[in-house]
This record gives sequence, C-alpha cells and structure tokens, in this order.
Amino acid sequence: MKKHVVASTAEIPPGARKLVTVAGRPIVIFNLDGNFFGLFNRCPHNGGSLADGIVTGLVRSTEPGTYTYCRRGEVVRCPWHGWEFDIRTGQSFCRPGDLKARQFNIEVADGRDIVEGPYVAETVSVRTEDNYIVVEV
Amino acid sequence: MALIDDRQNEPAAQRIDCDIHPSVPNCAALFPHLDDHWREMSIVRGIDDLHSANYPDNTPLTVRPDWKPAHGRAATSAEAIAGQCLDPSGSTLAICNCLFGIQTLYSEDLAGAYAKALNDWVRTEFLDKDARLRASIIVSLDSVEMAVEEIHRCAADRRFVQVLLLVATAQPLGKRHFWPIYEAAVRYDLPIGIHAGSEFRNPPTPMGWPSYYLEDYVVNAQSFQSQLTSLFCEGVFNKFPTLMVVMLESGWTWLPAHLWRMTKYWHGLRMEIPWADRSPAEVVKDQIRFSLQPIDGPGDVDQMRRLMDHIGTDDLLVYSSDYPHNQFAGADVFHETFTRDEIRKLTRDTPLATYPRLRSASS
Ligand code: FES
Repeated sequence: MKKHVVASTAEIPPGARKLVTVAGRPIVIFNLDGNFFGLFNRCPHNGGSLADGIVTGLVRSTEPGTYTYCRRGEVVRCPWHGWEFDIRTGQSFCRPGDLKARQFNIEVADGRDIVEGPYVAETVSVRTEDNYIVVEV
Repeated sequence: MALIDDRQNEPAAQRIDCDIHPSVPNCAALFPHLDDHWREMSIVRGIDDLHSANYPDNTPLTVRPDWKPAHGRAATSAEAIAGQCLDPSGSTLAICNCLFGIQTLYSEDLAGAYAKALNDWVRTEFLDKDARLRASIIVSLDSVEMAVEEIHRCAADRRFVQVLLLVATAQPLGKRHFWPIYEAAVRYDLPIGIHAGSEFRNPPTPMGWPSYYLEDYVVNAQSFQSQLTSLFCEGVFNKFPTLMVVMLESGWTWLPAHLWRMTKYWHGLRMEIPWADRSPAEVVKDQIRFSLQPIDGPGDVDQMRRLMDHIGTDDLLVYSSDYPHNQFAGADVFHETFTRDEIRKLTRDTPLATYPRLRSASS
C-alpha cells in the first residue's frame, strides 16, 4: 500500500466531489462538511460511475405514508439503476450488510509533511503551505 | 374412486383443503337469509341469479365433468361436497370459498345485503351440516365500512376462518382506503384470501376488454402479480406485519420471474417506498401463501423439482383441490414431484400455520 497525493483540499470544497485515478483505479472523492471519503468508482451492482450519480439524502420511514428526509448530501445514487450508497461507509441501502461500494482510506496531509515523504505525488504539485488529500492504495 | 395415493397414506393425518367452492343454486336459495325489503326487490326486479363471467356455468373449467350433476350446478349441498370431495380425498377440514357474484352488484346496499345473506346461507347449509367445513367471509369492497361490519358480524363464529376478496378489484388492494379491512382481519385472526375472478369494475387487462373467456381466465395471473406488487409497495405488510395473505387459484410458478422484477426495481426505487424494509421475496416468505391448484408448471418431474427448489415452495403452498373446478384429472391432485414430506407440509403444517382459526379446530 502506498499513499498517493491526489488533490489539494481546496480543489474539493464541502459538497463537491472529484474523480481521480490512483494506481490505475478510478476513485471518487467526496467532501462532506470538511471530511473526505473515497469510493471505488464502479458501482458494486453493475459498474456504474458513482461520480456521475446524484448526491442526495436518505429517506426513512416509520410507517407507510411517513417520509423523513435526513442525512442530506450523504448518499450517492448510482446513475445506472438507482441503487443508493452511504458516502461515509459505502454501504448500500437496498441490501445493507450484503452489498458495499468499496471504500478507500483518505487522509488529509500538510504540504510540509508530504514534501518529506513517503508519499507518491505524480500528478499533483505539492506546495508546503497547502493541505492535500491522500489516498492509500 | 379414492383421491389418494401412497404418498398421501398417513393414517390419522390432517388433510386441510384450503379452496373448495360451494355453489349457490339461484338467488331464491338466499331469500330466507335476505331482509324483507331486499327479498322483495329481488323478486320485483327479477334478480333470479347472479351470473358472472368469472366462472360461467358451461365453461369446462367451472365443473369437472365427473362432478357435474345431471341438472343445475355442482356443489350446492354439503352432501355433494362430502360425497365428491371430502370423503374420497380424506380431507379433515375444507375451506368453502363461495364465488357467487355478489362483488358484481353495483349498489352498496344490495351488495351488502347479498354478502350477508350469502355468509348466512353458507353457515346454515354447509358449516352447520358438516363439521369438517370452514368458510371465508364474503364481502363487497364497494363499501369498506360495510365490509368491516360484515367481518365483525361473522367473525364471532370461529368457523369463518378467512376474508375473501376477488383478485381483479376496482382499485389496487394496497390502497390505504382498504386498510380497515386488513385491520379487522388481523384483529380476528383471519387471513385475507384473494381468489381468481373479477369485480368487473375495470377491463380484465390493462389494454382493455379482451374477446374470449380464455383471455379473462389467463389474465388472472397478471392480476395476482399486480395485487402482490400493490400490497408490497403500499406498505400493507409493514403496517400489518402479522397479516397473512393467501392467493387462491393464482398459480405460483410465475413467482420467480415476478419477484426478480420487483426486487430489481425495489433496489433502485427504494426511496419511493422507504417503509419497505424487507425484500419482496422476504415478504412473500413471511406473509403470503399460495393454493396448490392449479399447478401451472411443467409436467416433467425433474424440471418441476428444479422450479420448486428455485421458488422455495416448501412453506409457501397450501393444499387445495379447487373442487369442483376442473384443475386435475382423477386422483392426481399432487404433481408427481411432490414428496411425502412436502405433501404432509402442504396438507397440514402450512395451512395450520397460516390459518390461526384452524389451529383451534384441530387441537
Ligand atoms: S450499476 Fe449501479 S445500480 Fe446498477
């Protein structure tokens, strides 16, 4: 496993996402209120691109006819067949426990640390004064 | 001729037939149970019979040839049912699902009066005459309030073990408007039986009116599929987690393909019906049962075995002869594929697990 620098934090503001390719793998990185999450960009159902799915909330219900909309912005819906995934965990909501979008560890590192290594920063030029998103692959 | 073979030879075994059909000979038979006003209205208006196109008298499906009397309808008396169905098959209990067309009456009051008369007729002519008989409460859905009242009235007699609806209704059965019926059913330990047939409020097919009876009958399977989908999507099984629904004369080999489609679209459209917290297959396993006849599967034993394993029929089927309808020949009510254990399950264990009121009868 290597730590890859994929973007500066400024490139993915809260609510935004970015598709990156790390060691040949497409990974979509989401910023939820300053926390970063990475999902393999192939829907575990049939391979749809989660980077192209709408980001939405979770609708829950205690009984028929009641709708509670919660966790706004924390769910991504696959554009192909509409399966919903928890951006924080990759968990699917239609088959929880049984089906998950693969997750990647994301951390935020200080530019000064990155310059010292051991990071791979092939496509991102690192400046000591910025923070960077690092994916472990 | 006895309707049993070796696989079914278990001395003292319970054998519960979940779908038999007493026939009303004509409206006059119900007159003793009709209020004066409705009796007179029936005579004055000339309502002497309720012919519906669900089971026309002369259609081969309606009566098996060897059960057809020289005159009139089959199964009009407890003696006929005993002699042709219960005795030869060794049934210890049988549920009468009377299909006299009261659901096709368009006046709420008339339909209500006839439903009441019909239930009382079944009680007097069948339940009181043969201790093996049980019955479904017949209701008209035109007035949900009256249907609930009728359930309440009949439920005091525990020989009524189910509420019976026809599959092709004016509106999909999941609609909340019908829920008081389900609430009453649960309260009185009554499954909801949904039987093939139409109220004739809509054309039998979504494309309109077909030309032939064959089309009417075949399309029943699609109606069952639509009702299953509606009950699932509208959340009836979530609202009433102890409700049992029994699909009668529905066929059941269509289940895998239908569940596949439902599950696929539920995965993608879950957010529309967020209360649906179980997959359609789980809901079917927990709360829906199917009557054995008609067996709409392949004749070949191995193919049938594969199909049954795929569906997981083990706990899903309840035995039905569908007497006097013409679904099987001779004594061949079970497909060759069914094993002795499976037969025991569907003639006894599953009916008892499905119908709480049969449990008290058999203990
Ligand atoms: S590929 Fe994502 S839902 Fe089918």
